[in-house]
Amino acid sequence: MSQKRFLAWLLPLLATVFMAGSALSADLATLVTNLVTGGYSERDVAITALAASGEERAAPILQALSAGDLYVRTADKIVVIGKGSGKQVALIDAITGKDAGTAAEDDLDKVKVNNRLRGTIDAAVGSLTLMSPNPKVRRQAADSLFTRRDASALAALDPAIAAEKDSAIKRAMTEARAAIVLTTPETTPAQKLAAIALVRDRGDRDAMAVLQIAAQATEGDVKAAALAGAETVRNTLAAWSMAQNVWYGISLGSVLLLAAIGLAITFGTMGVINMAHGEMVMLGAYTTFVVQQVLRSAAPALNEFSVIIALPLAFLVSGAIGVLIERSIIRFLYGRALDTLLATWGLSLVLQQGVRSIFGPTNREVSSPSWMSGSFKVGQLDVTYGRLWIIVFALLVFVALLALLRRTPLGLYMRAVTQNRPMAAAVGIRTPQVDALTFGLGSGIAGLAGVALSQIDNVSPNLGQGYIIDSFMVVVFGGVGNLFGTLVGATALGIVNKFLEPYAGAVLGKILVLVFIILFIQRRPRGLFALKGRSVE
Amino acid sequence: MKLGSMIRTGLVAAGLLAGAATSAFAQSDTIKVGILHSLSGTMAISETTLKDVMLMLIEQQNKKGGLLGKKLEAVVVDPASNWPLFAEKARELLQKDKVAAVFGCWTSVSRKSVLPVFEELNGILFYPVQYEGQESQRNVFYTGAAPNQQAIPAVDYLMSKEGGDVKRWVLAGTDYVYPRTTNKILEAYLKQKGVAQADIMINYTPFGHSDWQSIVADIKKFGSAGKKTAVVSTINGDANVPFYKELGNQGIKAKDIPVVAFSVGEEELAGIDTKPLVGHLAAWNYFESVKNPANEAFIKEWQAFKKNPKAVTNDPMEAHVIGFNMWVEAVKKVGTTDPDKVIAGIIGIKVPNLTGGTSEMLANHHITKPVLIGEIEANGQFDVVWKTPGLVPGAAWSPILDDSKNLIANWTPPINCGNYDDVAKKCIGKTK
Repeated sequence: MSQKRFLAWLLPLLATVFMAGSALSADLATLVTNLVTGGYSERDVAITALAASGEERAAPILQALSAGDLYVRTADKIVVIGKGSGKQVALIDAITGKDAGTAAEDDLDKVKVNNRLRGTIDAAVGSLTLMSPNPKVRRQAADSLFTRRDASALAALDPAIAAEKDSAIKRAMTEARAAIVLTTPETTPAQKLAAIALVRDRGDRDAMAVLQIAAQATEGDVKAAALAGAETVRNTLAAWSMAQNVWYGISLGSVLLLAAIGLAITFGTMGVINMAHGEMVMLGAYTTFVVQQVLRSAAPALNEFSVIIALPLAFLVSGAIGVLIERSIIRFLYGRALDTLLATWGLSLVLQQGVRSIFGPTNREVSSPSWMSGSFKVGQLDVTYGRLWIIVFALLVFVALLALLRRTPLGLYMRAVTQNRPMAAAVGIRTPQVDALTFGLGSGIAGLAGVALSQIDNVSPNLGQGYIIDSFMVVVFGGVGNLFGTLVGATALGIVNKFLEPYAGAVLGKILVLVFIILFIQRRPRGLFALKGRSVE
Repeated sequence: MKLGSMIRTGLVAAGLLAGAATSAFAQSDTIKVGILHSLSGTMAISETTLKDVMLMLIEQQNKKGGLLGKKLEAVVVDPASNWPLFAEKARELLQKDKVAAVFGCWTSVSRKSVLPVFEELNGILFYPVQYEGQESQRNVFYTGAAPNQQAIPAVDYLMSKEGGDVKRWVLAGTDYVYPRTTNKILEAYLKQKGVAQADIMINYTPFGHSDWQSIVADIKKFGSAGKKTAVVSTINGDANVPFYKELGNQGIKAKDIPVVAFSVGEEELAGIDTKPLVGHLAAWNYFESVKNPANEAFIKEWQAFKKNPKAVTNDPMEAHVIGFNMWVEAVKKVGTTDPDKVIAGIIGIKVPNLTGGTSEMLANHHITKPVLIGEIEANGQFDVVWKTPGLVPGAAWSPILDDSKNLIANWTPPINCGNYDDVAKKCIGKTK
């Protein structure tokens, strides 16, 4: 072969190689253009095409699309990925991955995405990120493949399972593979039977869903095995749902305890029918809101701890207002239950409208710190961090209050004054001062409850109203004047409520609890733990 | 006559004289418009903005020279979220203030409480909120959505491939008349579409329900039967915030189990962190995020009026805009504010809505509206993912329910009836 002939042979070859290379990047450009033009169904096709292209940029582009960060710049029609929001968005060129400056949000056209597309992207990104160096990403990929069950992901799963070192992630991947095998018609019955065992052992709701789908689509042995597997999972879940009810009950009980424990002081030991108790809770919640607002502008770094910072302040705000109410209104009404009831009820309306005038009638947003959001799993039980912290907090408040009453001089005075006022006065206790402090303490604790409730309920002027009835119910049920009664009463009512709810529904459940309490009070008018002896009289 | 009762009679007489004097004065000088929205109590959260939007509309109309050569005057009363008080305040507006029209009410129970008053005193009420339907009254104009303008299209969307091909349905609502009736209609509709009873879960919760742990867990359980599941939520008001928080906490994502809500708008989302909720849906006839010149102008005016660049707009506000403009056009057409003439003249009036179409007042006192489905975005706004091709005419009576399938409402002659049996050819209720 002469040199000339060789060159003539080589040149077209080189040209093809070169052209193939440029065609590849041109390909990415077309794929991305397809992604941002057309309607949702065209976009769906484009996502699958982009994912199948094997391009390195496919995963970040698709992830940005799913998160709503993919834009088309209006000026030059370039597809960009935006980071952050607000006036200036930092941009990255979607195709090259290079910095593309910043732009105002108004100059960008967002590429729209809906739930169906998010599902498609999940499945696509799942198979693309199986080999990611980040274990969290790999885990997420395995989980989304389990729920999406995209048959085309099998090819990516096998090498990923072989390469995986982390046993938990390996297991998640194997389960995802089993789920796909189960729901693809092409696999053999033997493969399916092996997969059923794997999915069954996973034992959660997703597993049950997969088994039920498999049972619908198969026949014979496989169908029987899938149904049996689903039954096993159902039984495990039923056992866990008991645990779940108890947990939810304790959680509801802790909220009731927090709301009622302040009332156990003002109503329970002082005997003041305080209808404005709920508004003290509300003031605590609004204190949290104000603290967050101030921190957001003054010290954003402390925002994670805003709830903790709000606690003492809420105690002081609600406590101070409590003292003020006691000195200006309630002390003139001791021994006149009906008058106190009317006066405090009127006061609650005044406080509500006052807050409405200052902060407006709409809900205020109180954000949850990151250590209070999300959940973790204990077996098949989802435990949310927010609820867990509230339970812990309720118990802490309870113990602290108990210690205050039992171990400090102030507590001693309080007990003395509530048990026998003339005798306490005779031994030199300044009863008016103790009255004011006791009422302030009860109100302050209501303020603490408000901080906790701001995390799970609306911060609105009506916040307190929702808790006042429940609070009285807990205190009366538990036994007036007995802190332990309040604790047991709150927990018991919480658990009873949560066991009734699944069977009777939330509305009927609540009615049944009320009927139960009415009947109970008929039998034991002084509640669960009645005070005995002379102090009762 | 004793002295006490003499004084009393004197006072009453003086009061009557004063009342007569002011109303005579009012008649010569201004046209009064009543605003009947709660400014205190539980419903203040939703209704206060509607009072403000009415004040803005009246102010704008006055800048344009008023109506029939007279200035409009707003009469604001506060029924304080107290249903019987709505009736009293409505009576006060119609009898004492002699208003030409009333814009007001939010909850269905408040509307039902004022109906007899408007009927007795022959007033005009514009009701701006989406409601359960099954009603058409001569004195009331329903500018919010009827079930066929919100609930049914939303379910259709979820059943479509685009909406996720949903096969299992949770109908969750607050326990009162609107969710109960809407769910009754939806249940009948789903069964008509071939959905089995076992694939429908219905759940009611009390007003202001705050502990959603077990219900969300139940929804999760119901959703793990291997069929695509969606929640249709008629949960009202304050209870929504803890509901959505619990969904986020328990990790229910919109792409797994989407929630489509009929009572959650921009105003309600303002109180929550919306990041975990991205992708959940709402069905309305208007979203603030709709891009068109009329809407952008309205938002600008509203934010200037509220002196708050972050003030949001929502669907019932648009309903008041449409209702007010229709009333203004009708008064111009008949040349008087006399209720009988306005009620007859307003039918067929067309005004532009804020989503780019033209809404028309129909003979059944409902209007034509587009239906939009929006997904919640991270910034608390809705991104429209689907809309009906044209405007949907509001139906007063649901053709799906057995007891109303033959009923129509038509307030033009010769029928002139709110519940006319089209098969038996007779009016069940009052004709006028």
